[in-house]
Amino acid sequence: MSCFPENINAAQERRKRPGPASGLGGRFWQNRKSLKAVSLFFALLLALGTAGCRGKADTASHAICVAGSTSVQPFAEKLAEVYMEQHPGVRIDVQGGGSSAGIFAAQQGAADLGASSRELVKAEKALHEIPIAWDGIAVIVHPSNPLTDLSLEQLRLIFQGKITDWQAVGAPAHPIDLISREEGSGTREAFETLVMGKTEVSPGALVQDSNGAVREIVAGDQNSLGYISAGLVDERVKAVAIDGILPTRENIKTQKYKLVRRFLLVGRETPAGQCLAFVDFILSPQGQRLLEAEGLVGVR
Amino acid sequence: MDQGKFVERVLFLLALSSISSLVVITVFIFLEGLPLIFQTGFKDFILSSHWAPTKGHFGIGAMIVSSLLVTIGAMVLGVPLGLACAIVLAEFSSARLRSFLKPTLELLAGIPSVVYGFLGVIWLVPLIRNYLGGPGLSLLAAAVILGIMILPTIVSISIDALTAVPDIYRDGSIALGATEWQTVRRVVLPAASSGIITAIILGMGRAVGETMAVIMVAGNAIKLPTSILDPVRTLTSNIALELGYAAGRHREALFATGIVLFVIIMILNLSATLITRRR
Repeated sequence: MSCFPENINAAQERRKRPGPASGLGGRFWQNRKSLKAVSLFFALLLALGTAGCRGKADTASHAICVAGSTSVQPFAEKLAEVYMEQHPGVRIDVQGGGSSAGIFAAQQGAADLGASSRELVKAEKALHEIPIAWDGIAVIVHPSNPLTDLSLEQLRLIFQGKITDWQAVGAPAHPIDLISREEGSGTREAFETLVMGKTEVSPGALVQDSNGAVREIVAGDQNSLGYISAGLVDERVKAVAIDGILPTRENIKTQKYKLVRRFLLVGRETPAGQCLAFVDFILSPQGQRLLEAEGLVGVR
Repeated sequence: MDQGKFVERVLFLLALSSISSLVVITVFIFLEGLPLIFQTGFKDFILSSHWAPTKGHFGIGAMIVSSLLVTIGAMVLGVPLGLACAIVLAEFSSARLRSFLKPTLELLAGIPSVVYGFLGVIWLVPLIRNYLGGPGLSLLAAAVILGIMILPTIVSISIDALTAVPDIYRDGSIALGATEWQTVRRVVLPAASSGIITAIILGMGRAVGETMAVIMVAGNAIKLPTSILDPVRTLTSNIALELGYAAGRHREALFATGIVLFVIIMILNLSATLITRRR
C-alpha cells in the first residue's frame, strides 16, 4: 500500500511528458474507449462477488439446500457428507447464517430445510418442524476446583459480572476468570436465552471463538469458568451441576437439566422426495448414531 | 491496431488488475461499512465502548484503545531490541557474522503467525498467569508476542538504513577524535534516522494489523483494560472473531471496524512514505 502514492506520481509525471515518447499510462487514460473498458473491468470484478444457494441448485438436478443455525451447521455438514457418499448424484448444500436466517429462508422457500437451534416462535409455527437432536450446554471449571453445584441464579450473576470472586459461591477466594463465546455464536445465543434472559454477558469476560478453545483455557486455568456444548466435555475439565442436576445424557434427554436446546430442521411443507429421504436418514439409527458420535443426544 | 500497441494494452490491463484489487477492496469495505457508521453516528461508533452487535450496540472505542495499547506495548519491547540488534549487526560485527545473523533474524518473519500465537498460549500465557496473576490471556501477552513478531521488520530495514550511511561520515568522526560509540550515536544514527523511523512505522503497521496471534493470546474481552494483565480485544481480532457468524447489521459493523483499521494503517504507511521521501 505504501507504493500507492508513488504510482500516482509516476502517472502524473508521464502525463506531463509530451509527444510519442509518453508512456502507456498517459495515452491510455486519455482514450475514452479504454476508460470505458477499464470501468467495465471493475464492474465485472464487483459482479463476481454474488452467488447464492438457489443459483447452485439450478445447475445440479438433485441439490438440497440446508441453511441456518451455525450450531447445527457442523453436524449438518457431517450428515450431508455421509449421505452424499451413500447416494452419489445427490448434492446437499449446507450453509450457515444463524437460526433466524435459516427459518426465514425456509419460509421464503429459499432453502429446502432451515436449521434452527432455537424453538420456533408463534409467528413461525406454520412451518413444519423436525427435531433432530438435543444439545446440552455444560458449565465447566478446572478439575481442581472444589465447586460442584451452581444455581441458575448464581450462574447468571457471575456472567453479569456481579459476582466476581469464587468465594461468593463457596470456592476458595480468587477472582473468577470468566470465559464466553463470541457474539453471533449459536452456543452463546443459547446460553444467553437459557441463562442470561434479558441481561448481557459482562464485557470483562474473555472471549474465545470455539468450544475447543474455551475447553483448552478452562483446562489450563484453575480459576476459570466457561460453557461449552455438553458433548465436548472431557476429563480435563469438570462440568458442574446446575440447580443440582448434572448434564448427563439422560438428564439432557429428559430435559431435567435446564440448559438444553433442541436442534430443529424446518420446512415450508412436509418434506418430500429427496428432502424426505435426507430427513429420514438423519432420523434413522445410523444418522442418530452419527449425531451422538459428534457429541449430541439423539431424539430417537 | 498494430502489434506493439496491442501488447502495450494487454500489459497495461494486467498491471491494472493488481491495482484494481486494491481499489475493489477499498470500495467494497467502504460501501459495506459506511452506512452503519452513519446510522450509529461517527462519534458513538468511535467513542462508545458498548459492543453488543446482536442487540444493536455498536461501539468500538475500547477496541481502538486496545489496539493502540497493544501496538505501543509491542513497540516498547520491539524497538529497543530491534534497534540494538541492528546497530550491533551493522556497526560492531564482522561481515561474516552479519551475513549469518541477518538472514537468521529474517527467518523470524517467515514463521506463520499462528505458530507465534500457539507458542504464546502454551508457554507465555501460563507464565503470566502463574507469576503475575490475572487470566494470563492479556494485553501483556499480546504485546510480548507482537514485540517479537515485528523484530525482523525493524532489524532488517534499520540495518539497510545504517549501512547506507557513507563511510566518510564515520571516518571523519573518528578522525576528529570521537570514539566508536560516539560516532554511532552522534553521526551514524542521525544520518540514518529517516530509515530507522520508517522501519519503526512499518513495524507498527505489522503490529496493528496482526490478527491470528493476537486472537490467541489477548483474551478478546470487550472491556477497556485497567492493567496490562487485563484481557483486551483489538480491531483485527474483533473482525476475525465474529465475521464467521455475522449477518446483516452485525456484518456491516465489522466492515465499519475494517474502515477504522484501514484508515489507521493508511496513515501509518503514508507517514512512512513521506518520511522516506524527505530524505
